[in-house]
Amino acid sequence: MSLLIWMIPIALGMGLLGLGAFLWSLKSGQFEDLDGAAQRILMDDDKPISGD
Amino acid sequence: MAALDASEFDHTAGQADPQAFVRHAEGLAHLDLMVRGATCAGCIARIEGGLREDPRVEQARLNLSTGRLALAWRGEDDAAREFIRKLGTIGYPATPYEPEADADPQKEEERKLLRAMAVAGFAMANVMLLSVSVWAGGLEMTESMQALMHRLSALIVLPAAAYAGQPFFRSAWRALRSRHVNMDVPISLAVFLACGLSVYETFLGHGETYYDAAVMLLFFLLIGRFLDMRLRARASQAARGLAAMQAATANLLLPDGRLKAVPAREVKAGDQLVLAAGDRVPVDARVVEGRSSLDGSLVSGETEPVAAAPDTQLFSGMLNLDGKLVVEATADRDNSLLAEITRMVEAGEQTRSRYVRLADRAAKLYVPVVHSLAALTLIGWFIVLGEPRHAIINAIAVLIITCPCALGLAVPAVQVVASGRLFRDGVLVKSGDAMERLAGIDTVVFDKTGTLTEGRPRLINADQISREDLELAAHLARTSRHPLSRAVADAAGMGGTGRDVTETPGGGLEGDVDGRRVRFGAARWLGIDASASPFSEAWMVAEGGEPVRFRFKDQVRSEAFATVAGFRERGCEIVLLSGDREDPVAAIASELGIPAWQAGLKPQDKIARLEALKSEGHHVAMIGDGINDAPALAAADVSISLASAAEISQAAADFVLQGDHLDASVRALDISRGAKRRVLENFALAAGYNMLAIPLAVFGFVTPLIAAIAMSASSVLVTLNALRLAR
Repeated sequence: MSLLIWMIPIALGMGLLGLGAFLWSLKSGQFEDLDGAAQRILMDDDKPISGD
Repeated sequence: MAALDASEFDHTAGQADPQAFVRHAEGLAHLDLMVRGATCAGCIARIEGGLREDPRVEQARLNLSTGRLALAWRGEDDAAREFIRKLGTIGYPATPYEPEADADPQKEEERKLLRAMAVAGFAMANVMLLSVSVWAGGLEMTESMQALMHRLSALIVLPAAAYAGQPFFRSAWRALRSRHVNMDVPISLAVFLACGLSVYETFLGHGETYYDAAVMLLFFLLIGRFLDMRLRARASQAARGLAAMQAATANLLLPDGRLKAVPAREVKAGDQLVLAAGDRVPVDARVVEGRSSLDGSLVSGETEPVAAAPDTQLFSGMLNLDGKLVVEATADRDNSLLAEITRMVEAGEQTRSRYVRLADRAAKLYVPVVHSLAALTLIGWFIVLGEPRHAIINAIAVLIITCPCALGLAVPAVQVVASGRLFRDGVLVKSGDAMERLAGIDTVVFDKTGTLTEGRPRLINADQISREDLELAAHLARTSRHPLSRAVADAAGMGGTGRDVTETPGGGLEGDVDGRRVRFGAARWLGIDASASPFSEAWMVAEGGEPVRFRFKDQVRSEAFATVAGFRERGCEIVLLSGDREDPVAAIASELGIPAWQAGLKPQDKIARLEALKSEGHHVAMIGDGINDAPALAAADVSISLASAAEISQAAADFVLQGDHLDASVRALDISRGAKRRVLENFALAAGYNMLAIPLAVFGFVTPLIAAIAMSASSVLVTLNALRLAR
């Protein structure tokens, strides 16, 4: 029983954390270019980019 | 002799001057470009890397989803042209465009919905955590524990519902104030009553609560709203992109003789403008100096070029073909022919907005039925039991369980899936209800020039011309933008150009090819006495050779036959309405086997014909591309345009066929009809669900657990049915 006093706030806190993270990522423009983000990860930054 | 890439002309021909779009901030020049053809990581690397090679470039960032490139550099504005040329040479044609203001109301609205959806989703998941333990705990759970769970639920749900429900509350309030009832009224009522009843039960009644139902309702409905919004945003973004591709600029001739590129809307009547070969006429104007011929096919539908000499009146939208012209604007952009057409388009769009969407028709039926059922439940139970509490609880249960979750998802889910599929097939949809309207057509009206035909002449007697003669003519033709020259260049393929080629406007070309003097042009200019021919023609005279005749014709698009046949197979009547002269229209009509055709029609005449068809009870789709078609496109029940069409026609049309594949219009009809079937199936599913749920609610068997299962099950079912369309 006393366990619930801790578990419910922890569950709610984690939910709120997730909500906050989503709202932050929305605000910081991370959903502006979903296709680009998926492709950019494949780009090799170590080598100089060749012209073609 | 330099090999000339024909596509090099295309990148800059008829295009806006990028300098007019350069903005300045913090010592940098900024330009936004619309880039075509970028699809992968390699494209991003090539585009961004290629531009950053230039030391002046400070920033180059491509948004792959929208195809927009933000470019910033240090230095002069005219570097813009270089950057665009560079993009063109590495294979990504780019066009400048004016970015919309940062505070885009539609984007803001979309974000608001997304935030509301996130909050509702969070609340739903966490309340479920508590509700499930109450349902599962059942009899074992002590009363004080249940009370704690209910109070915690109230703490989460009440603020969440107050925030996430706002889009519905506001819309319902607006409707009620203007004495209407829309779908948001029963939704708001259900949310309010579910929360109110739950609060009462938590603190006074100690019965079952509906907190989870209230947020679940909001969450599912917000998904539907968000999908609907997304669809509209994508469509309008596409429309803005199309407009940007054709952003018009004008070359203003300043009193001191210098040229300045300005946006076309800044041109005033009386301004002197310079039109180079390949430029579009930005506003209605009168020729002051120079001779040329102009392609007016987008304006009037006529394929023959118009000859221009001083004092000739030109209309906005015409394309200057061969000579340089100095013109005086006779009207600013808002009073040009284009503006007259725009007014007709707006009038047409107003009549179209009277179309009632399927979802609204369903709502009209739905609202009174549900409200009277709830009222009957209240009265019935009050009479049976003689006490209000149970009667009220059951009436509220009816309102909650009939709340149109599935109905709210039924239409947007299908439309999002269908428009995504059309997009993959190269068809751009401008609005969701366009698909509903297309599904119901029984008559298809085609324009001729540029729609059924390619809108430009093709060499038709290439087999009668020797390879050497064709190559000689092509050496001259590759330097010119005249449609007949382009046709010869196309027929000959890539190759060299002649030396010292000069172009006589309205006459032809003359130049040196391998030491021989070659002339290519009109019979009259070459002094040849040729008999009149139904085809357009040109002649070539090479030094020491016989004159050679080249014949041209505006070819029917290869897919036009399949398209006309496809619409016929699907039960549509075909009509051809053209602004061109009678002979060419009759020829095309008989070639395609269309008995119903009319020629020489002005935009007003086309509208009149469409209205006549509509008053006979037909549902008409119009397919066209010219400026003269735009009013007809807006007047038809539904309209389709091509990617090569005039800007205003693309704006007036509901569908735009990318890549000019006319047969995609038949695909669009198939997908639209499929989408309509799915929507109707979804309505049937939602109605079936209600038929099961309403009796349960009316007779008082609904518990919060049943409400939660029924709501989520019906929503998932409807979504899955919509997804079947994706295959």
